[in-house]
Amino acid sequence: MKNRINTLFEQKQKDILSVYFTAGYPNLNDTVSIITELEKAGADLIEIGIPFSDPTADGPVIQQSSHLALVNGMNLNLLFNQLKNIRDKVSVPLILMGYFNPVYQFGVERFCNKCNETGIDGAILPDLPLWEFENNYQSFFEKNGIHNILLITPQTSDERILEIDNKTGGFIYMVSSSSTTGKNQKVEDFHQDYFNRVNSLGLKTPRLIGFGISDNQTFNKACENANGAIIGTAFINSFKNNIPLEKSITEFVKSVKNG
Amino acid sequence: MDYNVDEKGYYGEFGGAWIPEMMYANIEELRLRYLDIIHSEEFIEEFIHLLKNYVGRPSPLYFAKRLSEHYDTKIYLKREDLNHTGSHKLNNTVGQILLAQKLGKTRIIAETGAGQHGVATATVCALKGVQCVVYMGALDVERQAPNVKKMKMLGAEVIPVHSGNKTLKDATNEAMRDWINNPVHTHYIIGSVVGPHPYPDMVARFQAVISKELKVQLAEQTGNELPTRIIACVGGGSNAAGAFYHFLENKEVELIGVEAAGKGVDTDETAATLKVGSPGVLHSSKTMLMQNKDGQITEPYSISAGLDYPGIGPMHAHLFKSGRAKYLYATDKEVLEAALLLTQKEGIIPALESAHALAALNQLEFNENDVTVINLSGRGDKDMQTYLDYFGY
Ligand SMILES: Cc1ncc(COP(=O)(O)O)c(C=O)c1O
Repeated sequence: MKNRINTLFEQKQKDILSVYFTAGYPNLNDTVSIITELEKAGADLIEIGIPFSDPTADGPVIQQSSHLALVNGMNLNLLFNQLKNIRDKVSVPLILMGYFNPVYQFGVERFCNKCNETGIDGAILPDLPLWEFENNYQSFFEKNGIHNILLITPQTSDERILEIDNKTGGFIYMVSSSSTTGKNQKVEDFHQDYFNRVNSLGLKTPRLIGFGISDNQTFNKACENANGAIIGTAFINSFKNNIPLEKSITEFVKSVKNG
Repeated sequence: MDYNVDEKGYYGEFGGAWIPEMMYANIEELRLRYLDIIHSEEFIEEFIHLLKNYVGRPSPLYFAKRLSEHYDTKIYLKREDLNHTGSHKLNNTVGQILLAQKLGKTRIIAETGAGQHGVATATVCALKGVQCVVYMGALDVERQAPNVKKMKMLGAEVIPVHSGNKTLKDATNEAMRDWINNPVHTHYIIGSVVGPHPYPDMVARFQAVISKELKVQLAEQTGNELPTRIIACVGGGSNAAGAFYHFLENKEVELIGVEAAGKGVDTDETAATLKVGSPGVLHSSKTMLMQNKDGQITEPYSISAGLDYPGIGPMHAHLFKSGRAKYLYATDKEVLEAALLLTQKEGIIPALESAHALAALNQLEFNENDVTVINLSGRGDKDMQTYLDYFGY
C-alpha cells in the first residue's frame, strides 16, 4: 500500500495542517476520539506523541501533557493496542512522534513492524540522529514502508539541508526558530530570512513548519513559506475541562484555518 | 582493548551524540574544534597557568596514617578537596571557559546538583567576566543552600527547576532546553563525563590532570607510580574518569568506582545506576540508565545531591561492561559513618559524594603493603547541615 503521507502531498501542496497531541492526555483513552475528531474537523495529518519522562526539546505545555499522560498510564504497548482498528475509522496519514528511548526499549524493529500493522505512516524521533538511523535502523523502516521524518532548524547549514532533503521520508519538518516547543511567537518574530534561504535551495521534498505556530495568523504565515504547518502546544492548550472534546477540537481547527 | 573514545564518540557500545537537530550545529562545532583548541599552545599555557596559580594544583597526595592503621594497609588521599572552590569540578570549568572563549561564546549555562559544579562554573565566569546562568533542581537549592548563596555572590543567576523530582536530571533537562533556545552565543558547560560526544571525552581530558599528578606523586612517595588500586565516587563519573585516566592501560592497577546506593539497591530509593540500570538513551548519550520497562527514566535518590543522577558517563558503562573497572555501591548510612571516621582519624571533613569512596573501604580486603588511593573529590562544607542533623552535634 502506498504511504499516505506521499498521497497527501501529491493531492495537496498548500495550507496543509498537521496537528500534534500527546497520547494519553487529557485522558488515557482519548487517543482514538482525538484522531477521529481531528480528521472530521479537517486536519490533513496527525502526529501522535509518545510521552517521555524527559522531553528536553519541549516547553512547559508538552512537558506537562507528557507527564500527565505517563501518570495516566500511557505506554507504547497500550498505544498500539488503542490504535489497533484505527484504519477502520480514519484515512488521514498518522505519524508517531517521540523521544528515542521508549522506542529503543520497545525494540526499533518491533516498533516499525507494529507501525506497519497498525497503519502508521511515519515516525519523528528528534533525538535519533541521522547517522545512527542510517547505520542501525533504516532497513526496519524501509521494510515496513514507514517514513523517518527529519528536522531542520535556522542553524542547519545549506549543505546539511540538502542532505536531509535527500534522506528524510515524506516531508521535512522545519523548526520555525531556535527554540523548544510552545514559544508563543508573533508573525513578526518569524525568521523570514531562514524561510527564504530554505525556499531558494530548490528542495524536492515538501516542508511543514512547526514550533510556535499557534493561531490563524501564524498558520497563514507558515503556509506562505512552506506547504503547511504543524500545531502542537496550542492544540493541547485548547482542551478545556468543561467543553466536550469534539466541540473544542472542531472549534480549534476552524479557528486556525479560518481565523 | 581501547578504553578511550572512538571517532564516532563511542566507548565500546556506549556514548554517541543522540542530539536533536536543534543542538546539531553547536555539538558539531564543538566536535570539530575541541581537540585542536585544547592542544593549541596558547590554550595549554593558560590552562596550566590557571591550574597552578588559581586552582592551586597540583593537589597534594596525602598519606592518611591513622586511617591506614585502622584498615591495616596504606591509604593515600588525593586531595581534590583542597582545590579552590572545594572540589575537582574546577579543573573542568577552567578548561571549558577557556574553550568557550576560543569559540567566541559570551554566555555560559550549567546544570548543578550539589552546587559544586555550579559554583565552579560561576567562579570561572567571574574570573573571565562572562554572563552565567545555573540551573539547579528546586530540592537541591534547598539542601545545598550555601552553594546557592555563593553562586549568587559570584554574580550568577541561579534558576530553580521544579520539574521531575527537582534534582540533577531535571536541571540537566532545563539547561539543554536553554541551549536549544540560545544556540548562538551560549556555551553549555556540562559538569561531568555525560551528555553527547564530545563532552564525555572533553571533560575526562580536563579531569585527567588528577591521574597525571598521581603518577608523579606516587613515584615520589612510594617509589612506584602504580598503586594497587584507585577508588573514586561516581555520579556522572568525572572525578573517577580523571583519577582513572592515565591508569587505564596499566591493567595491574585495580580501578574501583563507587555509586550511591541511597537507602539500598533493593529499594526504590537508590542512584546505583550500574547495579539497577540497563542500556538506554538519556541526555543525548547511550549509556546505562535507571528506567522502567517502557523506557521512562525513574527518579534516583541519594543523600548526596552530586550523585543523585539516573545515568552514568558512557566511559564508565564501558569500563563496567568490559570489566576494566569494578563498581561498588554504598548506602547513605555507610557513607555518613565513613565521613565521620575520616573526620576523626585525619581531621578532614569530606563531601558526602567523596565519602562514598571512603565507605567502600569497608567492603575490601587489604594486604598490609597494598597502596590504595582514594580520590577525595571534595570537601564537606556544603554538607554540614546534613552531618549536623544526622550526628546531632
Ligand atoms: C565533591 C563531589 N564529588 C563528586 C561529584 C560527582 O560528580 P562526578 O561523578 O562527575 O565526579 C560531585 C558532584 O557534584 C561533587 O560535588
